Amino acid sequence: MRPRSLVPILYILFLMLPIYWLVAMSFKTTNEILGGFSLFPQEWTLDNYRTIFTDPTWYWGYFNSIFYVSLNTVISLLAALPAAYAFSRYSFMGDKHLFFWLLTNRMAPVAVFALPFFQLYSAVGLFDTHLAVALAHCLFNIPLAVWILEGFMSGIPRELDESAFVDGYSFPRFFTTIFVPTIKAGIGVTAFFLFMFSWVELLLAKTLTAVHAKPIAAVMTRTASSAGYELGLLAAAGVLTIIPGAIVIYFVRNYIAKGFALGRV
Amino acid sequence: MTLDLKDVCLRVGADMHIYPTTLRLEAGEFNILLGATGAGKSTLIRLAAGLERPTDGQILVDGEDVTGRSPQKRNISLVHQFFVNYPHLSVFENIASPLRVSGVPKSEIAGRVEEAADILQLRPMLGRRPQELSGGQQQRTALARAIVKESKAIFLDEPLANLDYKLREELREQLPELLAGRGTVIVYATSEPTEALLLGGRTALMHEGRVSQAGPTAEIYRNPENLTSASVFSDPPINVAPVEKRGARMHLGDALDWPVYGDAAQLPDGRYMVGIRPHHISPVSTDDSTVPITGTVRITELSGSESVAHFTVSGERIWVSQSAGVQRYRVGAPHQFHMVPGQCFYFAGDGQLAAKGIAHG
Repeated sequence: MRPRSLVPILYILFLMLPIYWLVAMSFKTTNEILGGFSLFPQEWTLDNYRTIFTDPTWYWGYFNSIFYVSLNTVISLLAALPAAYAFSRYSFMGDKHLFFWLLTNRMAPVAVFALPFFQLYSAVGLFDTHLAVALAHCLFNIPLAVWILEGFMSGIPRELDESAFVDGYSFPRFFTTIFVPTIKAGIGVTAFFLFMFSWVELLLAKTLTAVHAKPIAAVMTRTASSAGYELGLLAAAGVLTIIPGAIVIYFVRNYIAKGFALGRV
Repeated sequence: MTLDLKDVCLRVGADMHIYPTTLRLEAGEFNILLGATGAGKSTLIRLAAGLERPTDGQILVDGEDVTGRSPQKRNISLVHQFFVNYPHLSVFENIASPLRVSGVPKSEIAGRVEEAADILQLRPMLGRRPQELSGGQQQRTALARAIVKESKAIFLDEPLANLDYKLREELREQLPELLAGRGTVIVYATSEPTEALLLGGRTALMHEGRVSQAGPTAEIYRNPENLTSASVFSDPPINVAPVEKRGARMHLGDALDWPVYGDAAQLPDGRYMVGIRPHHISPVSTDDSTVPITGTVRITELSGSESVAHFTVSGERIWVSQSAGVQRYRVGAPHQFHMVPGQCFYFAGDGQLAAKGIAHG
């Protein structure tokens, strides 16, 4: 092994350490975790995972999260695709300001919107539904999606659109059968980021849900406060929270590399 | 099939992109738009194709006004300078797409696609994606897409400009053949005078958003109506210099003068501009009518079969000479060139052609 490959290896080990620690903890009993320092579980246990897979309050947390995250990804993409197309192809009054304004939405702390959303969704009867969280996450995800997609779309020459119109394609048909497949790499990258941001967002998801749509992250915090320190259980829940993200990354890894090369990621 | 532009103009903000233009484009021969980059060729094509709406004027197809009609409803084809195909579809599906959207029966599609593919020698590539093809094949796919449907007009916007030399020559030879016999209006934009001459047909010369002259290609090459047309339709650029007519002789500065005959001799005395095509300034004297010019060679270019020399006369104006064969010039050294006064054009002060030079009286 050449000495210069030592640096990246050390760096990766350093990055992986907390994840390793989390995985190790998830196989320990709470007593062992609190009892002292150990690099490997002295007493392997699957109890933590068993609890999560058998207790509906736990596993429904996952279903709820996946459900509203997917819903949000779909809504955001459906709204952002036409918007990004407009920004990329047309010039209209104030288009550059509007585009920048979209980005500034991304800069506001989400906490600012928690109270108005809570009040609004309660008033219209959306409180504690998956749709509520999915819609709330559009606040930061749609601007992000427009921003990323616009970069990809601007990389496609306008002549493609014109060729299609001359060939006889109507706009909707062109958009769905020619344009969207052409930028599918960009859509994949965008979907990944939408999924990630919605998946890790806790504050809005927690504020807008009580029982029926409670996300996994909220379940985790509540368990920690009520039943004392069930650290092993929390660690197992943490491991399972990482997995969906890892799966999504696995599927879009090629697109992301392309996205970094092409668009605006 | 005819395509008529009637006083079509395009104004964007305060800028006039296309000045009112009236042009008749007919089926049966190439309609060439010749002009430098930015002359308005592409814009005129976009207007005619309906991709851009004219500020004023009318566009008629077979006498029917189609000015406000969208490109989808015009039944036209367009080939861009860049190879534009649908990247996610196979070559077969690319060629088939205009047929599919226009509702041609499925049973007919395969046959017509294969026919177009045969004409453009794409048969072995039908299953591949456009990106897996060479540039020439990609452009042939775009051409096949343009000819597969029976469109009323085919617009070719510098279709060969992005191809390498060999392919360009090859495709340029094939183009008239594969487009012949169609009842469609063929509009071909190019920035190369040589290409226009090779393709023949009719040419409209464009310069800064105006058509400066239109007519049969060879005819307008021989008889430019004005200085602009002569400049547009010359490669290398035409030599232009101020001359003064005194009696039966033209004087260029103090050092150079030559006799004029025919129409040129009838011109009233005064100042004119002379235009001399580079291949009418030769390093050898062809007959006794040529006028010797001694200049200092500045730049030489060799294209194999042709030699081009840029030279200055008494340190000023740069002249260009183009001649057949390999000429041995020494850069920086004086060299005697011979100008053919019988091939000169004389333009009046407003740029309009005043007279053409002829060899003898």
